[in-house]
Amino acid sequence: MTEATVDRAISAALADIAPEIDFDTLDRAADLQSEADLDSMDFLNLLAALAEALGIEVPERDYPQVRSIDGLVTYLSARQPA
Amino acid sequence: MSEPGYYRMPSLGADMEVGTVLEWYRGPGDEVHRGDLVALIDTEKAEIEAEIFQDGTIGELLVEVGVTVPVGTPLATVVPVGSQAAAAAATATATAPAALATAVAPAPPPPAEPSAPAAVRPIPPAPATVPRRGDRVIASPLARRLARDRGIELADVSGSGPGGAVHATDLDSGPTAVAAGVERTSPRREPAGDADPRRAIARLMARSKREIPHYYLAHDIDLEPALRWLAAENETRPLAARILPAALLVRAVAVAARAVPELNGHWVDDRFQPATTVDVGVAITRRGSPLTAPAILGADRLDVGATMAALRDLVARARRGGLRASEMAAPSITVTNLGDGGVDVVYGVIYPPQVAMVGFGRIAERAWASDGMVGARRVVTATLAADHRATDGHTGARFLGAVAHALADPERLQTTEEDR
Repeated sequence: MTEATVDRAISAALADIAPEIDFDTLDRAADLQSEADLDSMDFLNLLAALAEALGIEVPERDYPQVRSIDGLVTYLSARQPA
Repeated sequence: MSEPGYYRMPSLGADMEVGTVLEWYRGPGDEVHRGDLVALIDTEKAEIEAEIFQDGTIGELLVEVGVTVPVGTPLATVVPVGSQAAAAAATATATAPAALATAVAPAPPPPAEPSAPAAVRPIPPAPATVPRRGDRVIASPLARRLARDRGIELADVSGSGPGGAVHATDLDSGPTAVAAGVERTSPRREPAGDADPRRAIARLMARSKREIPHYYLAHDIDLEPALRWLAAENETRPLAARILPAALLVRAVAVAARAVPELNGHWVDDRFQPATTVDVGVAITRRGSPLTAPAILGADRLDVGATMAALRDLVARARRGGLRASEMAAPSITVTNLGDGGVDVVYGVIYPPQVAMVGFGRIAERAWASDGMVGARRVVTATLAADHRATDGHTGARFLGAVAHALADPERLQTTEEDR
């Protein structure tokens, strides 16, 4: 899976959860929850939307690796859909 | 033949004084059953789909779309099930529909009787928020908002409503009217309301601090056992069914509210009235809109997984629209969870007429001493703001103790009262 595909999926999922934010202006290395003002329910919904779009479920124990946009892209692009 | 009844403007929260019918889902002659959604109601802070709590047939609609009326005002006649003369009865009651629909007269009842949100009750004198006669133009809030948006002077519009009241539809015939239905195209996207969306919560919170002598307690709770149980549980669940710590906390509050019923209920008519059900309100933030606190109904009967499903559904509907009247009518106790905001402790403000607000701050690792050892444990500070008229600190302490006790034993959270 290419990084561009993952990037588009994240952008689309965030547009649904937090429509007022501008994806291109987010700090990609920063903690996404505080950067986009997502609560834990929003974050769970984000991962659910990505699982739907990409076919990859992030287990809870891997949450530390997917705290930022960069982290999500690296993690998801390295994996194959289930 | 039984007398026809009325479907009345429901009380969709303790702070609601008036409501506007935005849409009728059912019309004259339609059969309705208890729990059916019959109308979309605009309160000052949200658009709510309102249920009916009678079985019967809708006779006549007494309040048209766009008209604002006080809580308790008859909105439609309902002919009870079994009546042969449904249509006739409906016609017979049509003697004074216009008078009923005017926004001029009756005032709202005192806030929220918990179990009977739309019950008939005596009508006290009118408050200032109800549109009134005089030098001011009588108009529905929807009409006011549309007029403001379109730059129309309400005084220039001839109202078709009772007493010349201006309705939203009247604006469409005006010279500057834009395409009709603009406001209706996406009725659930935006929480409707006043120019100032904070007005309703401002009024409610001011009332809380004016009337309720709050006392505050705090209790640090070791969440390690509960979170370990949760991690193992979530390993077995698909992502979509994963449980958040927030669901554990709500579940623990429901268990504690059952165990200490002195904090589960409402202060009405100068005394505490215990609630018969545990309906846990959850403070939910919404992007661009004020906080709302609808209830998970019958929360004490839900295990952790079911609590999570209910919480997720409630949050989604609070943010996108579609909350039900029964969820907005006063919960029996409310939880606020500011843990995601990074604060350690939150001291809540009670939603009247409730008597308790439970707060949870951030779940964080702290140095924790137990059994003569100091270790790093994940800990949350639970707080209670409670009404000192209804209870004393001793009762509050028992409540927080019950919350801690429930969280110390995750198995206890897994099962409901009925299972035990």
